[in-house]
Amino acid sequence: MAMDNMTVVVGLLLLAAMAYQLGLVRSRRIAGGGEVLHSRPPYYGWLAVLRAAVPAVAIYIGWSIVDGPLLKSLVLSSLPADAVPVDELQATVLMQRISNLASGFGLIGEAQAFELQAAAYLRQLTLTGQLVVLAAMATAAAFGLFWTWRRTTAHTRARNQVERAIEVGLIACSAVAIFTTVGIVLSMLGESLRFFQFVSPVDFFFGTDWSPRFAAVGAADQGAFGLLPLLAGTLLIMGIAMLVAVPLGLMTAIYLAEYAPHRVRSVAKPVVEVLAGIPTIVYAVFALVTVGPFLTELGEFFGLTIRTTSALTAGVVMGMMIIPYISSLSDDIITQVPKAMRDGSLALGATKSETIVKVVLPAALPGIVGAILLGISKAIGETMIVVLAAGNAPVLTANPFESVSTITVSIINQLTGDQDFASPQSLVGFALGLTLFVLTLILNVIALVIVRRYREQYE
Amino acid sequence: MSDTGTPHRQIPFSLVAQRVEASLRRRRRKEVGFRMLGMAAVLTALTLLAVLFGSILVKGLPAFWQATFVIDVHFDRELIPIGPKPVLEAGESPAAFQQRMVRWQTDLGFADFNQVLLDALAKVLPEAAEHPEDAIALIASGEAFALRDRVTADPGIVGTTQRLRLLADANVDVWLKGNIDRSLPDEAQQLSARTRAWADQLYAADVIQNRFSTAIFLNPDSRSSLASAGLAGAFMGSLFMMIIVIVLAMPIGVAAAVYLEEFAPKRWWTDVIEVNINNLAAVPSIIFGLFGAVVFIMWFDLPRSSAVVGGLVLTLMTLPTVIIATRAALKAVPPSIREAALGVGASKVQVVFHHVLPLARPGIFTAMIIGVAQALGETGPLLLIGMNAFVASVPTSPFDQSTALPVQIFLWQANELRNFFEGRGSAAIIVLLAMMITLNSVAIWLRRRYETRW
Repeated sequence: MAMDNMTVVVGLLLLAAMAYQLGLVRSRRIAGGGEVLHSRPPYYGWLAVLRAAVPAVAIYIGWSIVDGPLLKSLVLSSLPADAVPVDELQATVLMQRISNLASGFGLIGEAQAFELQAAAYLRQLTLTGQLVVLAAMATAAAFGLFWTWRRTTAHTRARNQVERAIEVGLIACSAVAIFTTVGIVLSMLGESLRFFQFVSPVDFFFGTDWSPRFAAVGAADQGAFGLLPLLAGTLLIMGIAMLVAVPLGLMTAIYLAEYAPHRVRSVAKPVVEVLAGIPTIVYAVFALVTVGPFLTELGEFFGLTIRTTSALTAGVVMGMMIIPYISSLSDDIITQVPKAMRDGSLALGATKSETIVKVVLPAALPGIVGAILLGISKAIGETMIVVLAAGNAPVLTANPFESVSTITVSIINQLTGDQDFASPQSLVGFALGLTLFVLTLILNVIALVIVRRYREQYE
Repeated sequence: MSDTGTPHRQIPFSLVAQRVEASLRRRRRKEVGFRMLGMAAVLTALTLLAVLFGSILVKGLPAFWQATFVIDVHFDRELIPIGPKPVLEAGESPAAFQQRMVRWQTDLGFADFNQVLLDALAKVLPEAAEHPEDAIALIASGEAFALRDRVTADPGIVGTTQRLRLLADANVDVWLKGNIDRSLPDEAQQLSARTRAWADQLYAADVIQNRFSTAIFLNPDSRSSLASAGLAGAFMGSLFMMIIVIVLAMPIGVAAAVYLEEFAPKRWWTDVIEVNINNLAAVPSIIFGLFGAVVFIMWFDLPRSSAVVGGLVLTLMTLPTVIIATRAALKAVPPSIREAALGVGASKVQVVFHHVLPLARPGIFTAMIIGVAQALGETGPLLLIGMNAFVASVPTSPFDQSTALPVQIFLWQANELRNFFEGRGSAAIIVLLAMMITLNSVAIWLRRRYETRW
C-alpha cells in the first residue's frame, strides 16, 4: 500500500487529538454558560474521540485486510486470456512484477505489454481505493465531530458512555482466552477429522503399531498409525518422573513448611523454585549430555544395559523438572491446614512427624492429589526433554532402560518435516494433539476442582 | 496409668516405664528419621540444581574462548580486481541501480579471498604454499567471506596490509582444546595429519591463540563455517517475539484480569472464563504450536518461521500466566481502598484506574516478567510453526524467517560436529540462562522494592 501506514497513523492521532480538544472546548463552553455539566470536561473529550476516531480506525483496519486480495483478484481478472497464470505460484510472481512496475521500482529485464497495462490498471485501482477509503474515513470522522459539537449538552452522560466503552474493551480482552480455547478445539478437531478420513479411529486409538511411512505420491501403503505404543511410552516416562518428583517434592514441601527454620525456608524455597523457571530445552540438553551417559555407566557398574537415551533418562530429568511444581503447591496447601488441628494432635502427645503423617497430610490430601495431577499433566505434555532424551523408538515396552517414543515426540516428528500438510503423515499430528489436549484437559479440570474445593474448605 | 484394682495391676510399674521408655525412644528415632528424610529431599533437589548448573558451566564457559589466528593479511590488488563501488545516480531507477550493484558484487565475488588467506599463512608457515588444501583447512571457511564483507564495507583497504583476528576452523579448535581423542587413528580424525601438526606448531608460535571470541554474540548461524556460527540471528528473533509478547500480552492480560477481578458479576459464564483460563495455563505448550500452525499459517496465511507467528503463539501461551499473576496482584490491594474511593463518589472505573491499578503496579510488572521469561525459554511450539528452519541471516523485521535462542540450542545439539557444538550449545544455554536470571532478578527486585504490606 503506497498510502504510507505511518502517515495514516499520524493522521489518525492528529484526528483523535483534535476530537479530544473539540469535546473539551465544547463542554467548557457549556459550563461557561452557567450550566452544571454532568461529567468533567475530559470525559467529553474522550467521548468525542470515541465518536470520531474509532469509526475511522475501524474503516482503515477493515480496508487493510481486504485491500490486498481484492486488488489482486481485480488485476488478475483484467489480464488477457493467454496471460492468466495457471497456478498460485505463477500468480504471486506475476503480481510481484506488476506491483514493482506500478510502484516505479522497475524490473530487471523487459516488461511485456500486458504487464505494463496491468501495472497502469493497478496504479489506478490503488489510487481509487485510497481515495474512497480516505473519503469514507473523513466522512465518518466529520460526522462524529459534528455530532459531538451539535448534540453535546450539559445533560450528556459523557462519563457513563466512556466507562461503558472501557468495560466493553475489558470484556473483549477477557474473551481472548475463550477464543483461544475455542480456536484450539476447532482447529484440532477439523484437522483430526481430515485425518480420520484416511485412517479409521479404531485403528488409531487401538493400533499397536506406529510406523508412519513417508508419503510417496499415489502409494497405497501409508504405514500404521497406532496410538498405543506412544501412549505406553508417555505413561512409562510419566510414571518414572512421578516416582522421582512426588517423594522429593512432597518431602521438600513438608520439611520447608513444618521443620525448616525461617531463614532456611526463605532461601531454600525460592532456590528450589528456580528449577521451575529453567527452560525445558536446558533440561533436555542436560539429560542428553550429562544424565544419559551417567546412567549408562551406572548401569554398566551393576551389569545392566541402559541406553543413553531411554525412558529412564527422560523420566529422571523430567521428574527433576516437576519437583518444584509439586513442592510449592503442596507447601501452600500444607501451610493452609489450620494450626488448631496440629495443636490438638501435639497436645495428645503425638510427635511432630506423627502429627504430620496422621493429621496434617490426611487433611491436606485433596490438595496434594491436585498438585500431583497437575504434575502428571505437565509430564504428559512435556516435549523437549523427551524429544532429545527418550530415544524416539515407538515400541511397546515396559522396560525403562529401553528407548521409547511419546505422543509429543511424534507430534514434533510428524509436523516438522517438509511434508505436505494434507497427507495423513502430517494430519496425524493433529489427532495426537487432540488426544493430548483431551487427556490434559481432564487431568487439569479434576485437579483444579479438587484444589479449589479444598481451598474453600479452610478459607 | 491407672493404679487401682485393674487386671493390669500385675505388671510392675518399672516394666511399664521400660516399655513406654522403649516406645518413646523408637518414636523419637522415627521423628529424627522423618526429619532427616525431609532434609535429604531438600538437599537432593538443591544438589540436582547444582549439578545442572555445574555441568553446563563446565561445558559452556570454555566455548566462549576460541582458537583464533592473529595474523597480517595483505589485500592484494592483483587478487581483488574491482572498480569503484556504484552509487545511485540521479534519475536512475532503483531496479537499474540494484542491477549495477549486483554486478559489482559479482565481480568482487570472483576475487580469490582463499588465496589472500593462503598468502597470509605462507608468511608464518612457508610450507603452506605447497599444500594449500591442508593449509586452508586451518581457517574457518567463513573468514574468506568476512574478508569480502570488509572490502564491500570499505573498498579503500584493497592494497593495504591489516593485522586481523581470524577464527580457526572448528576442527582446529576441537583439536587444540583436546575435545577429540588425540590418539585416534588418521581416518577417524577430521583433519589431515599435516594440518594437525601445523595447528600445534602455530599454537606454540602464538599465531593461533585461545582468545575470547565475539563471534557467538555477533554472527548469525552458519553451517559451512561452524567456528563462526553465532546467536545474533536467534537473539533478534527472540527479541522481536518478546516485543510482540509484551505489546500484546501486557494490555490484554491486564485488561482481562481487571475485568475478572473488579467488574465481572458472579455468574455461570464468568466461572467458565475462570476455569478456562486456569486450564489454559496448564495446557501443554506444544498444543499452542499446533494451534498457531493451523490458525496463523494455514488460515491467516502469515509467513512460516516468522517472528510474528512465533510472537502471537507465545502471547496466547503466556496470557493465562499473566492474567493469573495480575489477578493475584489486584487481590492484594485491600478492599478498604476501593471502599474509600467509592465513598467519596468515584465511579467503579475511576476506582480501578486511579487507585487499584497504580497500587498494583509492581505486582503487574512482576506478572509481565514471569510471562516474558516463560515465553523466552519456550521451544516446542516454535518448532511446529517452522522456526526450526536454518536461517543464515539476522532477521530485520518480524516478518522475516528467524529462529529463537532455545530453538538455536536445539539445532546446535543436533549438529554432526558434536565435539564442537556440545560446548557451543552449552555456551548458548549460558547466554539464555543469564537472560532469564536477569529478568527474574528484576522481578524479585521490583517486588522487594515496591511491595507494600497492608
